[in-house]
Amino acid sequence: MSDSTATSIQAPGIVVPEGLDLAREQYLDLYWYMLLNRKLEERLVNLYRQGKVVGGVYRSLGQEAESVGTAYALEERDFVSPLIRNLGSILVKGAEPAEILKQYMAKGTGPSKGRDLNIHFGDVKRGFIGPVSMLGDMIPVMAGVALAARLKGEDRVCLAYIGDGGFSTGASHEGWNFICVQRLPVILVAEDNCYAYSTPIEKQMGNRDMVTRAEGYGCAGEQVDGNDVLQSYAAARSAVERARGGGGPTLIEVKTYRRKGHAEHDDQRYVPKEELQSWEAKDPVDRYHRFLIEEGILSKEQAAQVERKVVANLDAAVAEAEAAPMPEPGTALDDVWSTPRWTAAHPNFHDFSEEIVT
Amino acid sequence: MSAPARGGSTTYLEAIRQGLWEEMETDERVFLLGEDIGVYGGAFKVTDGFLDRYGEKRVIDTPISEAAIVGAAVGAAMMGMRPVAEMQFIDFISCAFDQLTNVAAKTRYRWGAGVPIVVRGPAGGGVHGGPFHSLQAESYFTHTAGLKVVCPATPYDAKGLIKAAIRDDDPVVFQEHKYLYRRIKEDLPDDDFIVPLGKARIARDGTDLSILTWAAMVHVALEAAGSLAGDGVEVEVVDLRTLVPLDEETILTSVARTGRAIILHEAPRTGGFGGEVAATIAEKAFEYLEAPIVRVTAPDTPVPYSPPLEEFYLPGRDDVVEIAKKLVGY
Repeated sequence: MSDSTATSIQAPGIVVPEGLDLAREQYLDLYWYMLLNRKLEERLVNLYRQGKVVGGVYRSLGQEAESVGTAYALEERDFVSPLIRNLGSILVKGAEPAEILKQYMAKGTGPSKGRDLNIHFGDVKRGFIGPVSMLGDMIPVMAGVALAARLKGEDRVCLAYIGDGGFSTGASHEGWNFICVQRLPVILVAEDNCYAYSTPIEKQMGNRDMVTRAEGYGCAGEQVDGNDVLQSYAAARSAVERARGGGGPTLIEVKTYRRKGHAEHDDQRYVPKEELQSWEAKDPVDRYHRFLIEEGILSKEQAAQVERKVVANLDAAVAEAEAAPMPEPGTALDDVWSTPRWTAAHPNFHDFSEEIVT
Repeated sequence: MSAPARGGSTTYLEAIRQGLWEEMETDERVFLLGEDIGVYGGAFKVTDGFLDRYGEKRVIDTPISEAAIVGAAVGAAMMGMRPVAEMQFIDFISCAFDQLTNVAAKTRYRWGAGVPIVVRGPAGGGVHGGPFHSLQAESYFTHTAGLKVVCPATPYDAKGLIKAAIRDDDPVVFQEHKYLYRRIKEDLPDDDFIVPLGKARIARDGTDLSILTWAAMVHVALEAAGSLAGDGVEVEVVDLRTLVPLDEETILTSVARTGRAIILHEAPRTGGFGGEVAATIAEKAFEYLEAPIVRVTAPDTPVPYSPPLEEFYLPGRDDVVEIAKKLVGY
């Protein structure tokens, strides 16, 4: 590609936050998870086009840094509640590519046994609680996770994500207000990715800087470049320390950009081309890759090795997911209540006219 | 306010208070959250004295945020707690509808996490509460797979069922009838009894007609049955107690014996849970029926405020007696 077509936009670098104290392995972890996030989604798109992912695919292209960076600031005992584009955050918390793939492919051995889509699942043991489609609902739920930890005397910090669209819901306000009133150790990452489906942020809120809401809620607030993984990490890390030290909740606004449509079916006709190009130049994975090379943390050859390892990891995961069975149809009846199967297990079920009604 | 008695002569309200208190005494996972439940003791004083005894970590006064109340209960339940969320009036549960029907109800099915919460609050009319303080909300939730719905009619059941609901592994909507709160009393045992979810109760034995009902309407049915007995009609009153899970066996056994069924409920007719009971009888006990299944319900209107309007709205003894006589003579 010639320089003239590479756009005249200056590609920004990575800003190393003051006092950042990461070991080399941690720098590499961040790179690993961002690459894994991106390449796993690329696989999902391929499988979607082959008809093997039967639901939608919701890309986080361009947002990997903020998901990975913020979640990486948590400890193993902490909790995260992702939104649909925060795949990176649950990879950090230990979700496996194979289980994500099985879930998207509606397999019977996926985390929800084929009953729900994409990253709509959780695992209390690994510390992530997946979303429902109604935006903002998980903020009150994370309030409850934090309340439970407080009651049990457990040291847990919770982190939830909300988008510029989701922050317009009543549930997000109710949840965040309650968290701030109770001074719970919860972090809210408010993502300005410029669009909620087709609706630009200007049509969601009168003041585009969501960080200004922190003052109204009475919590700490910080605004960072969400396409810079180190800034995202550092903001979350100081929020985690504040929360753990009893300093209460923090609202972190990350400025980023959704470079794909709402889902694969959405051709983004409402997005100006120049706008897309300007954000391509700020690609968070490219930026971090350049930083690692320039700082001598990783050689080009080592970076290529990491990439090959991600690809091999995904090859194996895709093979495993493709081979996994679809669910048995009758299992649609299971696990609605704590009784294994409602009608069969119902102790009072008594068909008086079984010769008529079967 | 001191600790509640254990058993003894007990109002419906005090029975719930005893049940909550005892579960909090014996299970440290149980905690309460809601509006004005702490310092004030709740709008109806169900949780009076709880803050002093259990402290503000276990008795949480919340902002006016029903979605946050139920949502926080859900999150805490996923972490192994047993939260009991109060809706100041059950009408306000509409503000938490999403948390109940989409988060609480579906999480076990979606990824295996049980959500053992109780969402309780005062329901029902008869106290001139008007359109926003009188609802019987059961049908919104009986139609949501994953929730259980409880509607006690007596102090014994109110206490036994609230304790069972707290111990249950599924989310429970617990409708207390505010008209009954201080109007009925019953001698309760002092032991740790529960009333299992999913079991109806024969409130009065009879052979000619079954009235299938719940909550305050149980008492209307009993009044009607008393009146009809004077005319030689023996009515069986079945108090369903829980709507989900539904005790089909008791319903069908009763109707098979009497051959006639009235379903009596306080909520509006269309889409009311009475239709579900009627359909169950029609599908499974049709050959035992001597007469059509009839619903006696409120009309399809909001609950009106003015006493003459509300009295017209609520099903009463005379409505039941009139229908019962027609069915017996069918």
